[in-house]
Amino acid sequence: MRRVIANTFREVWFFGAVGFFVVLTAFPFYWMLITSLKSNSDLYNVTNIPFWFNDPPTLEHFRYLFEQTLFVHWLWNSLIIGVCVVAITVVAAVPAGYSLARMTGRKGEALGIGIFLTYLVPPTLLFLPLSRIVADLGLQNSMWSLVLVYPTFTIPFCSWLLMGFFKAMPPEIEEAAIVDGCSLFGAFVKMAIPLSLPAILTVVIFTFTLTLQEFVYALTFISSSAQKPITLGVATDLVRGDIFFWGEIMAGALLASIPVAIAYNLFLDRFISGITGGAVK
Amino acid sequence: MVTIVEPIAKPASRFRFVLDRREVLGSLFLAPAILYVLLLVGLPFLLAVYYSVSAYTIYDPSWRFVGLANFEQIVRNPVFLETLGNTFLFTFGSQFLGLVLGKFGALLLLRPFPGRKLVRALIILPWAVPIALATVAWEWMFDSLYSVVNWTMIALGIITRAEAPNWLGNPHLAMLCVIVVNAWRFFPFAIVVFLAGITSVPQDIIDAATVDGAGFWRRNYQIILPLILPIVAVGLIFGIVFTFTDLSIVFLLTNGGPINATSVLGFEGFQVGIVSGDVSHGAAISLFMLPVLFFVVIAMLRFIRQREI
Repeated sequence: MRRVIANTFREVWFFGAVGFFVVLTAFPFYWMLITSLKSNSDLYNVTNIPFWFNDPPTLEHFRYLFEQTLFVHWLWNSLIIGVCVVAITVVAAVPAGYSLARMTGRKGEALGIGIFLTYLVPPTLLFLPLSRIVADLGLQNSMWSLVLVYPTFTIPFCSWLLMGFFKAMPPEIEEAAIVDGCSLFGAFVKMAIPLSLPAILTVVIFTFTLTLQEFVYALTFISSSAQKPITLGVATDLVRGDIFFWGEIMAGALLASIPVAIAYNLFLDRFISGITGGAVK
Repeated sequence: MVTIVEPIAKPASRFRFVLDRREVLGSLFLAPAILYVLLLVGLPFLLAVYYSVSAYTIYDPSWRFVGLANFEQIVRNPVFLETLGNTFLFTFGSQFLGLVLGKFGALLLLRPFPGRKLVRALIILPWAVPIALATVAWEWMFDSLYSVVNWTMIALGIITRAEAPNWLGNPHLAMLCVIVVNAWRFFPFAIVVFLAGITSVPQDIIDAATVDGAGFWRRNYQIILPLILPIVAVGLIFGIVFTFTDLSIVFLLTNGGPINATSVLGFEGFQVGIVSGDVSHGAAISLFMLPVLFFVVIAMLRFIRQREI
């Protein structure tokens, strides 16, 4: 009997702790959802219970967001930026990751770590000179400046990820192709790339989410509303003077968050094995 | 058949010419990535260093060399010293909180239970979702009038409406808020890193320890923790570097205020260099991040190397 009580107690404690973590992480997103669906009279009344609807739910905020703001425009901007950055990153990082993985000895290791370290150079250190370079190139206040600058962190990051994946691929596969008459380049194109398609897909998804998550460069380079990517637009452009359009802001934040959250959950394991690939063997 | 087997038997002689071309091809493969990084990370970095010792502003773009004058002026400014202190408090406060939460979360998620996949998906949200968007949600939760945190505390009878704190308006509370939001954003990452580490520890080591009489805490802190330290170190590099140089949480949540109470290096560099257009002083402020970054990265790399041997 005492055993049963102890077990029950342990179960309650366990699921209570799990519940605490879920509430802690998910509540702000629940808060986005409920705020975006509440009418203004419900939102701005301190006596109402904030956790549920006191007035009937409304899609008014979403309608306003799509019809009266540049939200759709920002979505397009983010999509264009993301696709361009993904293209640049894949073209540069796939061969680089492969080359780093196949380099033998100290040189490959040193180069790999060097490239990884550039990923750690923070935007807040580079944004001043980069804003000058961007201005010199005539890209000031244009979303194309972000297409130019975002690969500075996506290329190192993805090269590092891909290096891990290629290292796990036995070189005998390419050697077999070479023995069968392929050139080294042919072996890379015909064997290494097809076999690493899952890894490349991971890189595509993560590059895209990184461009959506970025905030500092976008904030620094872009001030006109029509050129903003979605994250910057939602976070800074839905405020008029001192008035925050909380319903619209939360609706926009929610819509922009969902695709990133899904992508992360699908590719998380690959991502973790990639970044920690250098630390554990 | 014999010809196929042969290269494996003596690879050195058969692959000689291929290996030579491998060098060329390897460099060609690396070139685009390295060029991109050199031109848009290396060059700007040197420019940043030069800005910090020049008198460059957007109104007077001269390259006049002024030596260390910018740094001297910055160090004498009490606001900057406060900023420096805030940055350390912000970084280490949130990393500590994040690691503690991460370790506990990982212990919970190790045990299989119904719905674990869903729980993991929900727990990863703060780290996955763009931090700028999540920060805006927190700003709304800490609103001076409509704060849901305050509403809950009032409903539970902990405080009255008159005593309700203005989270982002009080210097100490505002600092607490930025730390909490940053820890909230990083602890899912810590959970994932701990989980990856713990599951990579071979089960027979844990079994052997259990047979030898090691209890729960001993297994955790004397067997598993030392084994997963390298992977945790990598996680910490990310955490410290990204927090120490962050600006988005502070910019959106408190805008450095009230009265510079939450101003951090990245934010101050942005205010001075971009908003006020004083590029040289802004660059000098940003460069104060560098020693810390160097120290963290070198310490961690050493640590990883030692562990591998």
